Amino acid sequence: MFITRYRDRTRMNHWAVALLFICAGLTGLALFHPSMYFFTAFFGGGQWTRILHPFFGLFMVLGFVFLFFAVVRDNFWTKADTEWVKKSPELIKTGNEHALPPVHKYNAGQKAVFWAFAVSLVLLLITGFMFWQPWFADFFPIPLRRIAMLVHAVAALVLVLSVIVHVYAAIWVKGSFRAMTRGTVHEDWAKSHHPLWYKEVTQATRDNATRKQP
Amino acid sequence: MSSLQSLDIAARSASTATVPVARTHKPEVAKLIDVSSCIGCKACQVACMQWNDLRDDVGDTNGTYDNPRDLTPQSWTVMKYSEVVTRTEDEGDRLEWLIRKDGCMHCDEPGCLKACPAPGAIVKYTNGIVDFISENCIGCGYCVAGCPFDVPRISKVDSKAYKCSLCADRVAVNQEPACVKICPTGAIRFGTKEDMIEYAGDRVVDLKERGYQNAGLYNPAGVGGTHVMYVLQHADKPNLYAGLPENPTISPTVALWKGVAKPLGVAAMIGAAVAGFFHYMKVGPIETHVDEPDVQPTPRPDQRDDTRV
Repeated sequence: MFITRYRDRTRMNHWAVALLFICAGLTGLALFHPSMYFFTAFFGGGQWTRILHPFFGLFMVLGFVFLFFAVVRDNFWTKADTEWVKKSPELIKTGNEHALPPVHKYNAGQKAVFWAFAVSLVLLLITGFMFWQPWFADFFPIPLRRIAMLVHAVAALVLVLSVIVHVYAAIWVKGSFRAMTRGTVHEDWAKSHHPLWYKEVTQATRDNATRKQP
Repeated sequence: MSSLQSLDIAARSASTATVPVARTHKPEVAKLIDVSSCIGCKACQVACMQWNDLRDDVGDTNGTYDNPRDLTPQSWTVMKYSEVVTRTEDEGDRLEWLIRKDGCMHCDEPGCLKACPAPGAIVKYTNGIVDFISENCIGCGYCVAGCPFDVPRISKVDSKAYKCSLCADRVAVNQEPACVKICPTGAIRFGTKEDMIEYAGDRVVDLKERGYQNAGLYNPAGVGGTHVMYVLQHADKPNLYAGLPENPTISPTVALWKGVAKPLGVAAMIGAAVAGFFHYMKVGPIETHVDEPDVQPTPRPDQRDDTRV
């Protein structure tokens, strides 16, 4: 009935990154806009927020590195993905995915989110070091730090927007969430949303089964 | 300075709400540094150190009289000695020793205040003085990026930003800043900004009579004017004076980051979440249907045959 989509290791990795994202995100937002400065209260005040934010960010990126290599081979862009994107407005308007080309383990939307994560996290990491007080900021001239601060904010915005899309998709497409909580998805879910992946997985299982017979 | 209750705050960092504005008659003050009458005695540096009770580390010399070499968290003002060769019509090339007292310029539109993310860590008083309220400072260094004059310094000891306060505590009780009080030649003056501009005008006329054709007042418009102004012999080339910027403004990257990016970014994030909510309420979830072999989605009411006439 259920088929495996994620191993325990990948799921724990995902949730570690998710928790660190929340911490880095809230501390970052507190420093980004005065209306959200109250988030500093969750982290021991303004000075502690400033101290902790880069560490949350750094560990989030480190965590994502493992996640990246775990899923990257299923996220390379194909022609079918471009086709999928072209037809996706229909999906967004009606929730009907039948007009879309069949999908492997990830659809084009998931792939776009994945690459948005990867690119924005790389930018956040590099620019973050450039104005990390008190250790690294002094190595960079002030004009460079100014650019870093702007790029950091824009990359953070892209990351947060991508996470919103990511979380919403998980809520929208029923049956997806258990892939990350239990590691398994319902066969029908796979058949419906990721038919090519479903075929691949079931084929592999069948092959294994036949191989076992003498 | 401390954050004692004050009606004299004109702007406060990272604060979107209105500051108390009941008191509106405060005249703007300014410190006028007449470079042409400065003898470089550094009494102002000592007075600053004594009044603010600061002790900088003993440094080393780099072959100039600059000591310390630059502003530090413990040295809020530093004399910068520039030996420059200028050309005059009657004398030809001539060596000039231009001595500028470096420190916070107390901009009318302070870049530090614009960049600061900590509410109330930087304030601009109604008299024009820009002050760092250290207890609210979180040590992020954004003020350093915001300042067009490269003034704030982050302490390695407590990670807080420091700079000249224009002796806001002395000014609050009708005393002039310590550097003004001590200056033996009257090169540093303090009063209302209006008076200082007027006095500077007299000095400029005098300097022009003495052959400094380009003498003038340094009160750059790019930052809305400053509350520390210089009388310069060569106002056309402020760069001669230890790199005083010609047209200081808040960097466009900082302006973009703390200008449009800030509200638009927040609007985009909240907007995305709200849009998601309404999308769900309109379109509903995508569900998988176990019973159907081909897994057809449930037709929406408007797609059902029975609703079509």
